[in-house]
Amino acid sequence: MIRTAWLVLKKDLTVEVRSLEIAYTTLFFAVSCVLFFAFALVKEGKAPEDGAAGILWIAIAFGGTLALGRTFERERQSETLRALLMAPAARPAIYVGKLLGIVALLVAAEIILVPLVAFLFQAPLLSHPFWLGAVLLTGTLGFATVGTLFSAMLVRARSRDVLLPVLLYPITVPVIIAGVRATAALLQPDVELALVRFWVALLIALDVVFVTLALWTFEPLMTD
Amino acid sequence: MIPLDFEDLTAEEVSRHFGRRRALSRISFQTRKSSILGLLGPNGAGKSTMLAVLATLLRPSSGAVRYGTHTAATSGAALRSRIGILGHDLFLYPELTARENLAFFAGLYGAKVPQAAADAALQRSGLADRADDPVASFSRGMRQRVALERALIHGPRLVLLDEPFTGLDDTSTAALVARLQGLRESNAIVVLATHDLDLAEGLLDTALFLRDGRIAETVTRPDALRSTYRTIMRRST
Repeated sequence: MIRTAWLVLKKDLTVEVRSLEIAYTTLFFAVSCVLFFAFALVKEGKAPEDGAAGILWIAIAFGGTLALGRTFERERQSETLRALLMAPAARPAIYVGKLLGIVALLVAAEIILVPLVAFLFQAPLLSHPFWLGAVLLTGTLGFATVGTLFSAMLVRARSRDVLLPVLLYPITVPVIIAGVRATAALLQPDVELALVRFWVALLIALDVVFVTLALWTFEPLMTD
Repeated sequence: MIPLDFEDLTAEEVSRHFGRRRALSRISFQTRKSSILGLLGPNGAGKSTMLAVLATLLRPSSGAVRYGTHTAATSGAALRSRIGILGHDLFLYPELTARENLAFFAGLYGAKVPQAAADAALQRSGLADRADDPVASFSRGMRQRVALERALIHGPRLVLLDEPFTGLDDTSTAALVARLQGLRESNAIVVLATHDLDLAEGLLDTALFLRDGRIAETVTRPDALRSTYRTIMRRST
């Protein structure tokens, strides 16, 4: 299973490095989001309190949705998804490979987004890098876990581009709320690490539930 | 994964519906190793759906497909390791080179040294000199040759081919016909869906004529395929 997941991840990253299609569009969209909010909300050099946390997660969610839509669309174009499903590997391994590819891409986008948001909103986002990393990683994993499953599920649907956010956002609301609250807690002058730990623990619990459900349902969803 | 093998393929009253549309209706046949079965029929006859069912990509709505004594429900991944499919779409990543595509699929099928398997496949396809070019830069015929090697890279027992002659020039077509005959000699079970009756002439051990998802006629050792096809299709309308 690990070998198959690694092969799929390596293949996805190679394809992405060659085309840079998903990386460019995701990053462009996410950075545009941040800039629009910065122009609208930052007045005379003063940003709204806690605004940075929400805007960072909006950019991740919107950019991520774009990336999620493309990840299985690419497998549909030459029907390579059928070839993947025909492989004698456990089908959840294919899901894990695709999921890790999306997480890697979103983490790369976050590496650019975090300093940008910190700069434009004068937010001390990098004052607790370990905890910020933990929040972003667990939140991104939860969001991408559900998104990758729905993206695979909708690959044959004609209106998949519309349906993906409609299905994805309601289910991932707990992840986004926990991510925003944890990030906002990190922006306080006196950071309450107990509160941050609580939100991270909640995100880990959501990740465990979502990953388990996704691994369980991927094979039956993809069989027909 | 426990190795699995089988020597015959049996479809028993296989039907497949898509909503209210019936794509296959009570299809039954048996074919054995060292033989080539042709699925012949007009567009929409159910050839590709039948191949998808045989490939375990689609479940029959009713009936069953048996691979020796195994079924897709009981053997799953182990069974898929013995099936190779070349679809109407080529199942290749255009951004990757021919070598990368073949090595990726060789790895997925458990090859110990995927690069070596890919190099051998490139030699067989006659594309070794273009091994490091992206597949996007290949002609349709060249892609078809890479796709065939992808389908055969793990030495499958059951080979499913959907319109394999599409886009091939005369030389490549002759090479493909020779390859199919080689597969028959190496004890493979080949199932071939095609419109190209002239190319299938003399190649098939059994021809299954399909129309509207039903078997119109089964002919063993068919000759004069085109006239047989016309007669059968006229009779079944």
